[in-house]
Amino acid sequence: MPNRVPSSIRQAFTVTKFELLNYVRSRRFIIMLGIGIIVGALLTLLVGHYRPSGFLASSIDFYSSWWGISATYIVILSGIFFGGDAISGEFQNKTGYFIVGNPIRRSSIYAGKWLAAFVASFIVLIVFLGITVLNNFYYFGLNLPYQFLESFLFTLLYLISVLGLTFFFSSLFKSSSVAILTTVVLMLFAFSLIQELIDAFVHVEPWFLITYGAGIIGNILTVPYPSHILTTHFGHVVVTSYAVTVPEGIAILVAYFAVTVILGLVLFERKEFN
Amino acid sequence: MQQSIEAVNLTKKYGSFVALSGLNLKFEGAKCVGFLGPNGAGKTTTLKLFTDMIRPSAGHALINGIDVHENKRDALSSCTALIETPEIYPSLTPAEALSMIAEIRGVSSNERNIRIEESLNEVKMLEWKDKKVGKFSKGMKQRVNIASVLISDPSIIMLDEPTTGLDPRGMSEVREIVKSLKRKNRLIFMSSHLLNEVTDVCDEVAMIDHGKLLVYDSILNVIQKFSENGSNIIEVGFSRAIDENIMEKIGKLENVKATSKIDETNLRMEILGDIKVQEALFYELANMKIGVISFKPSSSALESTYLNMIKETL
Ligand SMILES: Nc1ncnc2c1ncn2[C@@H]1O[C@H](COP(=O)(O)OP(=O)(O)OP(=O)(O)O)[C@@H](O)[C@H]1O
Ligand SMILES: [Mg+2]
Repeated sequence: MPNRVPSSIRQAFTVTKFELLNYVRSRRFIIMLGIGIIVGALLTLLVGHYRPSGFLASSIDFYSSWWGISATYIVILSGIFFGGDAISGEFQNKTGYFIVGNPIRRSSIYAGKWLAAFVASFIVLIVFLGITVLNNFYYFGLNLPYQFLESFLFTLLYLISVLGLTFFFSSLFKSSSVAILTTVVLMLFAFSLIQELIDAFVHVEPWFLITYGAGIIGNILTVPYPSHILTTHFGHVVVTSYAVTVPEGIAILVAYFAVTVILGLVLFERKEFN
Repeated sequence: MQQSIEAVNLTKKYGSFVALSGLNLKFEGAKCVGFLGPNGAGKTTTLKLFTDMIRPSAGHALINGIDVHENKRDALSSCTALIETPEIYPSLTPAEALSMIAEIRGVSSNERNIRIEESLNEVKMLEWKDKKVGKFSKGMKQRVNIASVLISDPSIIMLDEPTTGLDPRGMSEVREIVKSLKRKNRLIFMSSHLLNEVTDVCDEVAMIDHGKLLVYDSILNVIQKFSENGSNIIEVGFSRAIDENIMEKIGKLENVKATSKIDETNLRMEILGDIKVQEALFYELANMKIGVISFKPSSSALESTYLNMIKETL
């Protein structure tokens, strides 16, 4: 009797399950989790030892200095770790050949792998969140300002968006190292460089940068919320810096996700295994 | 419904290079079709088109009448394929890798473990079930790949040089697997460079070169049609040593042009005539009660036919 092929959604979950198993087995997950824990531990030690006033002025200042700065890096690193070679690796290592010849849509493979990357990154973020909250508890007692909750949700949105982008690059390039390098250069250097150049010389709002959209993670923790446009004079040089507003930030992150996911999927559907 | 594989004007171009040119081919039922052709002929290209790994430039690849590119899930639901040599995530075990395929293909969870053990046992990898694939040798990985096409008990199986990297015993084990699949009424489409393998397990052959189909017919007919003088070489095996008496008797049979001994118990027989003649000869030989136990076209005959055909298209 022939087997009935499960629904595309169930197949995607199957892919997720084995992808997660592979993360754990290949130590990729442990390494990323370790990075999250080390960053958390270093911050704990530094803040405990030097007691910087920026951190300890108030509970919300603490979250702003701690989470507002480091969370985006955890997100970017997770994106690179779990998404950087997700699709390109299937071609380069020929592991894709093992699965594509089966009655499964490529979109199920893409979605399943994406979900696995999200779950793995989410766990890392939760652990880092735990370290953050425990430290805050130590200095301020039980204190969870609603802004922090919002900031965490924005971080998750940023994660979704970053994974969309890394999957897109991994789908665009056949070589894993090129895909990873492109993501690293863009996310860690190029975007922030472009933003600074724009601030200094062009004076337009960099609404097209994902990193600008991610500004809401830190901005929401600044009370009061920073003003949208800030002009500073350095002698003759005028620097106009923009602080992204919450609706703008959400729109940028959602748009990045939507566009990259669609493009990444189209590329993967069209790519040939040869 | 009979299981079927069908190519309709199937074409694949890479830029201006035509890797496969208007292939029309259909087989159905329970048999093994060998797919022959020199390096770069377009065999792997054809099989990739049948699994939607690449898109056709024109035409259709149909499995059980369903277009693979338009409806991959239905087309491949009871068809498995092993194309080139896929890699398995190195940190997974064969049991896990096969479990993933079984789940994707909808093998029910209570059957899954039994199926995994059975297919690993068929390829003699059961004792490696829970070891990581990353440390396996090339041949061991290929054995697991073969197990992966057996796991869901498919009715159609496509194999692209399945014995690549296997030791002689592994090759003969794969041949036995293919034969047993035939007994279970499966349709098998298998590319190979090993003509003795093809003669041994296949009933029919399709030959291609430069992306074009040269011939598709039963092995016997192909050899006969394309051998240099219209004759056909048959190897006859005996249960006991062949004596001169028997040689002489066979030599005098109608349509037998020449006979020669291969070894003590095997005889090469050059015959004239089509499949009907062969049928009649086989009947006569069996009736002579001289200990005939096998009757098959010679693999060297297929080889010389093959070489003739390829030469013609150069
Ligand atoms: N991605 C590609 N781009 C350009 N040409 C290609 C591509 N893939 C295959 N080809 C060409 O298509 C032709 C057919 O290749 P194919 O792999 O189907 O041959 P084959 O019959 O399987 O050969 P072999 O016996 O060596 O496995 C070859 O000439 C090859 O160079
Ligand atoms: Mg090939």
